[in-house]
Amino acid sequence: MTAVPVLHGSGVGRGAVVGPVARAHPAPRIDPDAPAETDRPAAVAAVRDAFAAVASGLEARAEQAGGTIAEVLGATALMAQDPELVGQVATRIEGGQAAVLAVDRSIAEFADLFMAAGGYLAERVTDLRSVRDRVIARLQGLPEPGVPALARPSVVVADDLSPADTAALELDKVLGIVIEQGGPTGHTAIIAGQLGIPCVVRVIGASALTDGMEVAVDAATGTIVVDPDDALRATVAARRVALAHLAEATGPGATSDGHAVALLANIGTAEDAERLTGAAVEGVGLFRTEVLFLGRTVAPSEDEQATVYAQALRALEGRKVVIRTLDAGADKPLAFVTRAGEENPALGVRGYRLVRTAEDLLRTQLAAIGRAAKETGTTPWVMAPMVATAQEARQFAAIAHEAGVEKVGVMIEVPSAALRARDVLAEVDFVSLGTNDLAQYTMATDRLLGELVDLLDPWQPAVLDLVAVAAGAGVTAQKNVGVCGESASDPAMALLLTGLGVNSLSMSPAAVPAVRFALSRHTLDECRAIAGAARAATSAAAAHAAVLELMDPEVRQVLALG
Amino acid sequence: MAERTVVVASSVGLHARPAKIFAQAAAASGAGVRIAKAGGQPVDASSILRVMALGVKHGEEVTLSADGDTAETVLDGLVELLAQDLDAVQDGAVRA
Repeated sequence: MTAVPVLHGSGVGRGAVVGPVARAHPAPRIDPDAPAETDRPAAVAAVRDAFAAVASGLEARAEQAGGTIAEVLGATALMAQDPELVGQVATRIEGGQAAVLAVDRSIAEFADLFMAAGGYLAERVTDLRSVRDRVIARLQGLPEPGVPALARPSVVVADDLSPADTAALELDKVLGIVIEQGGPTGHTAIIAGQLGIPCVVRVIGASALTDGMEVAVDAATGTIVVDPDDALRATVAARRVALAHLAEATGPGATSDGHAVALLANIGTAEDAERLTGAAVEGVGLFRTEVLFLGRTVAPSEDEQATVYAQALRALEGRKVVIRTLDAGADKPLAFVTRAGEENPALGVRGYRLVRTAEDLLRTQLAAIGRAAKETGTTPWVMAPMVATAQEARQFAAIAHEAGVEKVGVMIEVPSAALRARDVLAEVDFVSLGTNDLAQYTMATDRLLGELVDLLDPWQPAVLDLVAVAAGAGVTAQKNVGVCGESASDPAMALLLTGLGVNSLSMSPAAVPAVRFALSRHTLDECRAIAGAARAATSAAAAHAAVLELMDPEVRQVLALG
Repeated sequence: MAERTVVVASSVGLHARPAKIFAQAAAASGAGVRIAKAGGQPVDASSILRVMALGVKHGEEVTLSADGDTAETVLDGLVELLAQDLDAVQDGAVRA
């Protein structure tokens, strides 16, 4: 085998790890012109065997998995031995269709029935397609598509991972994740970041990595080295020790001269909140409530929501909690609110704009939050996503106050809201910058498009300008300006944001120790100088370099900031 | 041919897990059980895909039919299954 050079991509997190590769395989391709089978009885027998083998494979995984995943896998296994499905495939083959096409078409018919029924059934189409892919891969003699069952802790390598693939990962055996496509703000990257799993995305040439190869994955530098030598293994081990050491500091975030910057966690569920009970974070800066709504055909009731919010508030034991109201639409469609036929959903009725089409949804959610606050004797901060104007901010504040919510804010992720942050702040108590969407809208760049990731860079001067405007408005108004996008988790960016006047940073809990460490080694004035140098730069790369230049060299070294 | 009509009690309707338990029981009976929604075409009850595709919701009525000597007993058993919340019970309890 030819030697594989060092591969490069975009790293997520600061971790590094060495381990064996376990490849997740892509779905097989189906030749639409495949000819009829020459030995039809043999082809039917082969298909029956393939369905049976796929079913027993799924059953075996169901037994290992447990919980909800086991139930889904168990039902999928039964689909793979469905007498009608297998019978239809056999009939098609006997009638002169190629086996792969017979499988594909028969499953497509059931998928159409499920899609037509909508709601819960439509979501099960993914399971049907996974049966199709597995059976066809088996017929073609290809490895099983999707994420393999991991026999030992491994670095999972894939062209791409769907949310379903990511959900099926046995996380306790995943040392690292390497993806050829995707982007640093994609689903897999976010999950990996939350769990502190070193992850590198957009790795050109990742297809050269094969099962069993030893690789060193460094998320801080975005590199993958095949067959690392002893020196590199020692470096990775030392980094892991240093990072583990940083994780032992637990105090509140502050610069070395004592300027407080709250270090908060991003969460998606009440269970995430419960995991923070003993964690060294000062609270939650972003509670994404849409998880509660995903996969539903109707919105959860006020009672159900109030229970979940109360559970999360109780778990944080009086620490600050910022709840974001439903951010549906665009890349997060919901059966009961998504409007068909929007040409440009990222610019459509999403986030707070749903108040125009489904006001009850927002009122119910706010009422549930109000009840949870009363029940737990806490004062959650509540903010709306995708607010574009001061008028929308005022309207949201009025609806929230009516529902008994005391502390009201909005997200700043639309450039218009950033430019007019002063007016927005006159209507609400606080703002929080969502840097992923702010970059997407400022740079007119779809945040899911891997090939445009350079434009989506949060270090882009225009994005920094808008952040500076919003942070400056907060300083003037003496109101809290937080950042809850991924850029808050970059220690270098955290110093810049602090210098601009941002006073809370919310990130995946795994990212907190590195940011706390970086802050503790710089004064507020140094952060201001860092911000000034970054603002003076005329490109993303120059801004980043200017900040690194001014940073404490030891911090750069320990955090592998380059 | 024996026939029974029953209201589906599963809180999520006859979806993934309840459909699995029901289709497995129907298949195990060997009595050629068929299931239909009111006014709908009967389908093979041992086919989880057909059963799911009916899209039976909580509280909806379905008609079961079966052939052979054991038809009456088989249908009694299946009616009892559908009349409980299959989403709440354990797999083993139902199979036993």
